[in-house]
Amino acid sequence: MPINFAPPSIDYIRFLPEIILILAGTLLMVLDVVLRKQSRGIYGHLSILAMLGAMAAAVLAYSSPGPAFSGLLIIDGFATFFRVLVIGVGILTVLSSYRFLQREGVDSGEYHALLLFSIAGQCVMVSANELIMVFIGLEISSIATYVLTGYLRDDKRANEAALKYFLLGSFATAFFLYGVAVVYGLTGTTSLPAIRAALTQGPAAPPVFIGVAVALMFVGLGFKVSGAPFQIWAPDVYQGAPSPISAFLSTGPKAAAFAIFLRIFMTAFEPIARDWYPLVWASALLSMTIGNFAALTQSNVKRLLGYSSIAHAGYVLVALAARSNVGTASAMFYLAAYALMNIGAFAVIAHLSGKGERFLSVDDFSGLGVTQPGTAALLSIFLLSLIGVPLTGGFFGKFYIFKAALSSHLVWLTVLGLLNSAVAAYYYLRILVAMYMREPSEAALEVEPLSPSLRAALIIPALGTLFLGIFPSWLLDFAGKSSVFVR
Amino acid sequence: MNLLDVVIAIPLLGFVCLLLMPRSAEAAVRATALAFSLIAFLASLGLAVQYETIRPGYQFVTDIIWVTSPNIHYHVALDGLSLWLIILATLLTPICILVSWKSIQTRSKEFFAFLLLLEFGLVGVFAAQDLFLFYVFWEVSLVPMYFLIGIWGHERRIYAALKFFLYTFAASVLMLTAIIYVYNHAGTFNYPDILSQIASGKLAFNPSQQMLLFLAFFLAFAVKVPIFPLHTWLPDAHVEAPTAGSIMLASVMLKMGTYGLVRFCLPMFPGAARACAPWIVVLAIIGIVYGAAVAMVQPDMKKLVAYSSVSHLGFVVLGIFSFTQIGMDGAVYQMLNHGISTGALFVLVGFLYERRHSLAIADYGGVATVAPWLSTAFMITMLASIGLPTLNNFVGEFLVLQGSAQANFRWTVFASIGVILSACYMLWLYQRVFYGETPDEVRRHIFDLKPREWAAIVPLLAMMVWMGMYSQSFLPTVRRTTAHILEQTQMNVEIRVQAPAAPAVPTEVAHAH
Repeated sequence: MPINFAPPSIDYIRFLPEIILILAGTLLMVLDVVLRKQSRGIYGHLSILAMLGAMAAAVLAYSSPGPAFSGLLIIDGFATFFRVLVIGVGILTVLSSYRFLQREGVDSGEYHALLLFSIAGQCVMVSANELIMVFIGLEISSIATYVLTGYLRDDKRANEAALKYFLLGSFATAFFLYGVAVVYGLTGTTSLPAIRAALTQGPAAPPVFIGVAVALMFVGLGFKVSGAPFQIWAPDVYQGAPSPISAFLSTGPKAAAFAIFLRIFMTAFEPIARDWYPLVWASALLSMTIGNFAALTQSNVKRLLGYSSIAHAGYVLVALAARSNVGTASAMFYLAAYALMNIGAFAVIAHLSGKGERFLSVDDFSGLGVTQPGTAALLSIFLLSLIGVPLTGGFFGKFYIFKAALSSHLVWLTVLGLLNSAVAAYYYLRILVAMYMREPSEAALEVEPLSPSLRAALIIPALGTLFLGIFPSWLLDFAGKSSVFVR
Repeated sequence: MNLLDVVIAIPLLGFVCLLLMPRSAEAAVRATALAFSLIAFLASLGLAVQYETIRPGYQFVTDIIWVTSPNIHYHVALDGLSLWLIILATLLTPICILVSWKSIQTRSKEFFAFLLLLEFGLVGVFAAQDLFLFYVFWEVSLVPMYFLIGIWGHERRIYAALKFFLYTFAASVLMLTAIIYVYNHAGTFNYPDILSQIASGKLAFNPSQQMLLFLAFFLAFAVKVPIFPLHTWLPDAHVEAPTAGSIMLASVMLKMGTYGLVRFCLPMFPGAARACAPWIVVLAIIGIVYGAAVAMVQPDMKKLVAYSSVSHLGFVVLGIFSFTQIGMDGAVYQMLNHGISTGALFVLVGFLYERRHSLAIADYGGVATVAPWLSTAFMITMLASIGLPTLNNFVGEFLVLQGSAQANFRWTVFASIGVILSACYMLWLYQRVFYGETPDEVRRHIFDLKPREWAAIVPLLAMMVWMGMYSQSFLPTVRRTTAHILEQTQMNVEIRVQAPAAPAVPTEVAHAH
């Protein structure tokens, strides 16, 4: 049988979003050398354009779903959902970066190029159906984000954050890779459906080795999603990174990491779900509790949102612990809702913090409700959604997750998780208290008017949050349809 | 779209309108808010006119799909229990707006917008017939009240607002767990449907499940009522809230708790409710006596009224858990009475505060000489609150005590102590504030009621007399619904105990022989 090395052309269409993103990123790097300093404003426009194109390509690719490149990638509803999500996160990140980069005087092509590369990596991750592809995507995405974290070269804190992120991140990736190696050794394949088939056939290998493989991959992925007990890096990194990048880190790469988490554990390892779910259960509870209780005492808002993102990772892990299609769908919905509200919240921080990110404490939000009521109202929507108040996306996200958990008889996890969300209400309310119930602070008095791009970066997520809170079916139906993996 | 939907939609519409108005147009904002609240009130009166007392079941039903999976509906309807509570909410909102007309000077646009949003949430809570929708309205009403207390309150407002929010939120997430649990078993959030499933035995919880579910619901409602010892948020919230916030909180929001007990806890989990009833009644009686005793020693008028609320709502809980027709009627009637008379007390205390800028009883004295009409209004309200015959509270308290006597006479004896104590603290308050020497400060600052203030207080005084003299306007509607709820609790209990009781029958027959 002759082997045809050239993949069919349909595969390129299925891979189009990544192609667009990589090409655009490379173009931006070239332009950075060619163009004069004054015309740097167009980098943002170009990368938004590229991402819009990539998003359209992702939708187009879904019109002919199926595997690509001999099953290395799979373009299904799940992949499309997360592709659109991470690209959308990218667009919002760029929108909230315009003014920030200008203010700090660090606008350059490489910032946008790195962002595009990272998103391309995430697109590969979420559509990978094979462990090596997962690893490649993970690395493309991670290396770009390590650099972005330390993008403000002269900032000591950013440097520290980048180094920490890089070292710990490399360790985690190594763990993941070890896991892949062990799985390959046991089953002779890295394709997810084939691993699943091997595991279903019965104990080809001693269970302890399978356990080791699962545990190693759990450590690697647990780090990437900042689930406890691998969460230590998150607050430091989110605090040190530039605010738009913190927004990006806590939403895009995290959503992609959860996507592969879900895909690997719900396809390849699904036959042994009974063995791994206690691990996820414990990690979920630990993440929620550590995240929420540590956030209670934070005064730096970026750090506070860092801890809160650990807690939110815990909620999504609850959905994984439910190990059902409903659980997967609820995790998808939650990640979308979380991306919207968290990007919005960080965008407000980027706006308020002023040059050099001086104003970052909760007290600096004092009186924002008086000096800039519009911004304060938008931030209130995000915070109420993070608390989980009805008519916001965050509420429906939590509701679906805990409904899935109860359907899988995780009663205690549900009760403890929901009580956790009551604890969480306290620290989000502190920001609301400062904004509306205290006298204006220096930061609130000095705050500049919203720039048009930032306005868009706030209004789009706010509308999205409310939309998901009032008409959740629209997204949930799609998530429900896409949560069934090809096995 | 029927009239009930209109009543729900108008406050929300008003909220959106106010948000769109410029913040400088303060007079227009106030007028718009008043207009919307009055339209909502008139529409709700239409509900009362069109409501057919003799027709059983729900009226003004709207049931449309909101979310397809899980199956969530926008399902609202009215029965005799909801009807009057909705009218209570729509009546008090314009009064709150009138009361805040002058006293709210900062950020008045947001204030009135939040007040309308609160009205939307409250009306929705009383109308929702879908468990999920109920929870949504329940939480929606929490947010505006949090801001009302936190932004426009007094010195310790932030503490009080946080405490209020966290207490209610923490308790209600447990209710959410229970709601999801019920959904996973019943396959629907449709409340009448769930009840008919329970009645037909299709949906059955074993006793321990039923007990846990009951407690999850009960805790959320008990915090809201509040039942002793979960009441500590209430005095803080009341004292720190602006007048309008106190009125809405005491008159309507607390009723969300007692309404929930009657509407959900009893029919869904009758076995557990009956099993817990003795304990709950004990807590209610402790609340009645404790609230009254603590009210007696308060140096602060608002705190006194707040503790009197703890006491009065103890009667409501006592009536509900007496499981008698009369007690239940009295409890529902007392919900309305407390809404009117405590609302009026807060209105009047608010008037005094606007004039003298103090809530301390010691700062007053001899007000009757400078403001006779204000004093008269306060007198009538105070007498109503004590439970003087011909005024409203008397009817409710009497029915509750009669009902509880049917269930257990000792309960009545202890609860009556509360009635006596209420006369003590109220009369003593009146004496210290309105009689005696008139200090210069009082003489200088306090003046009599103005037309706007008349407009706010007269409807409440009229209602006190009407509800006290002619309770037949209200009770038949209430009775029909409470009778139905009682029937459900009995029927369901029988179904639950029938199975173990069946083998016992032959032995009894043998004895008879």
